[in-house]
Amino acid sequence: MAWEHFAHGADIGVRGIGRTRAEAFGEAAVALTAVLVDPLGVAARIAVPIRCDAPDDELLLVDWLNAVVYEMATRNMLFGRFEVRLDGHALAASAWGEALDRARHEPAVEVKGATYTSLSVHERDDGLWVAQCVVDV
Amino acid sequence: MDIARLIRVAECEWRLPQQGAMRVPGVIFADEPLVRAMDDKVPEQLANVASLPGIVQAAYAMPDAHWGYGFPIGGVAAFDPDAGGVVSAGGVGFDISCGVRTLLTGLTRADVEPVKAALADTLAARIPAGVGSTGALRLTPSDMDAMLAGGARWAVAQGYGLAEDLERTEEGGTMGGADPAQVSAAAKRRQRDEMGTLGSGNHYLEVQHVASIYDGAIAQAYGLAVGAVVISIHCGSRGLGHQIGTEFLREMAITAGAAGIKLPDRELACAPIRSAVGERYLGAMRAAINCALANRQILTHLTRSAVREVLPGARLALLYDVSHNTCKVEEHVVDGRPRRLHVHRKGATRAFGPGHPDLPRAFYTTGQPVLIGGSMGTASYVLAGTRKSMQEAFGSACHGAGRGMSRHEAARRWHGRSVVDELAARGVLIRSPSWRGVAEEAPGAYKDVAAVGDAADRAGLAHKVARLEPLVCIKG
Repeated sequence: MAWEHFAHGADIGVRGIGRTRAEAFGEAAVALTAVLVDPLGVAARIAVPIRCDAPDDELLLVDWLNAVVYEMATRNMLFGRFEVRLDGHALAASAWGEALDRARHEPAVEVKGATYTSLSVHERDDGLWVAQCVVDV
Repeated sequence: MDIARLIRVAECEWRLPQQGAMRVPGVIFADEPLVRAMDDKVPEQLANVASLPGIVQAAYAMPDAHWGYGFPIGGVAAFDPDAGGVVSAGGVGFDISCGVRTLLTGLTRADVEPVKAALADTLAARIPAGVGSTGALRLTPSDMDAMLAGGARWAVAQGYGLAEDLERTEEGGTMGGADPAQVSAAAKRRQRDEMGTLGSGNHYLEVQHVASIYDGAIAQAYGLAVGAVVISIHCGSRGLGHQIGTEFLREMAITAGAAGIKLPDRELACAPIRSAVGERYLGAMRAAINCALANRQILTHLTRSAVREVLPGARLALLYDVSHNTCKVEEHVVDGRPRRLHVHRKGATRAFGPGHPDLPRAFYTTGQPVLIGGSMGTASYVLAGTRKSMQEAFGSACHGAGRGMSRHEAARRWHGRSVVDELAARGVLIRSPSWRGVAEEAPGAYKDVAAVGDAADRAGLAHKVARLEPLVCIKG
């Protein structure tokens, strides 16, 4: 399982890779956190439940990441770990994290939202799932 | 970009011929080096915009155009509702009414240099900036709706700023047609702690000095002279705008098919102007414009207080407040006929010329100021809208230098601390809560704003008036 960033002119691409779609979604959310801070520096103290559903996998990925953005913004939290369950195009997850501490975490930039640019949820030839899109910062 | 596919029409004007699904041609305003340096997505996205229903005249790209979301950043497109024209949430973006306002201070560089560090520290302490920063204001639900309907006018009525600030703001400080009821509870919740905050990323508050004057008469009318100190604030509608953009982009992407619109790119999500979702979006988007105007007005008040702590005699007057991510209903002459069009400016600034009835009296002979941000190490420009601009791209110009490299690459190449030290050695004081944030915003990560400003002038989009250089930069 892994997360990556990929280049996009004005903003940042986030990519999650996993053995299942759900794992890939979880890793994409870690990649999202990494836009702000090092995910390893975020303690898993509090679990926040997130649910969403969408007409297809790709819209679901964008909805998922935007739900994480919303929870970060309104709870003033960071999340370092995600447990995601997918049932068709319905998602139920626990986002684990802690309160944002500006002095300790030194967040770099706020994510405005996940976009439909470079948006893809697909299974690779090696059987791993990839979930990615560009986020607007 | 491979310029072989373009036809050069003038020194700084290139045409992307109408073909395939395009309903109008694409037009790029830039000199040859700038066009060659543009990424390949610009012509692709321009062609996609040109294929949308009801588009009028052409799809335009400004000299700073680069890969955006559906629309290129630096993109302008106007639609006629009578011709089935659309409104696009992607054509406005996630930071609705992001914009710049510039304040005259009455101070000179000689006044500011001796207290520059104190000024930097005081501004950094008083202006909420960066991820997780919060404003002091907490709005009740009815306050929130009043703010969304009233914009900067509401803020002034609450005691943030002066009545004369409103005349120096586009729309007189209040965007008409705002419908707070179309703004979701989630968007209002996201805004709850963010009134009067700067944000992060490429947002900034900068103390600048006028380094050069290119047009003495207009500069004088604007109150600019070499050595004068001004303060520019760049930010938008904060969480509320981002949430509205997110929600309507989704809804329009899902409903476009049923509305008979074939989206070449989901990010170009749009809806007929005369549709329920189109009208709801316009109502919400205008509310977000008011949120941005109110936000910049509150920041103006905070800036005035902060500056007076260090320089007690200072009186800050607003030159102008411009927005560069909007959709506005405007009358423009097309083929000799006046038409009411919905003009999208995505990373493009309005640039109305002399005599335009929407301008305050102070700009009647000069045209409106167009405020172009560079990078924190280089310069910003003040330009003026021209009569020619009205004919070129519906009275539009560029908005800034545009990034030349990804954040990813910039953070790899530069360390925030070195960037801050280097700029300090050159007399520019940076205050930011994040080293990586500074690295991502390093001057080298941006294109050359001077080239962009020159091209805008030569293309006739706006006329160069003054060059501003930074002294202090507060970044989120």
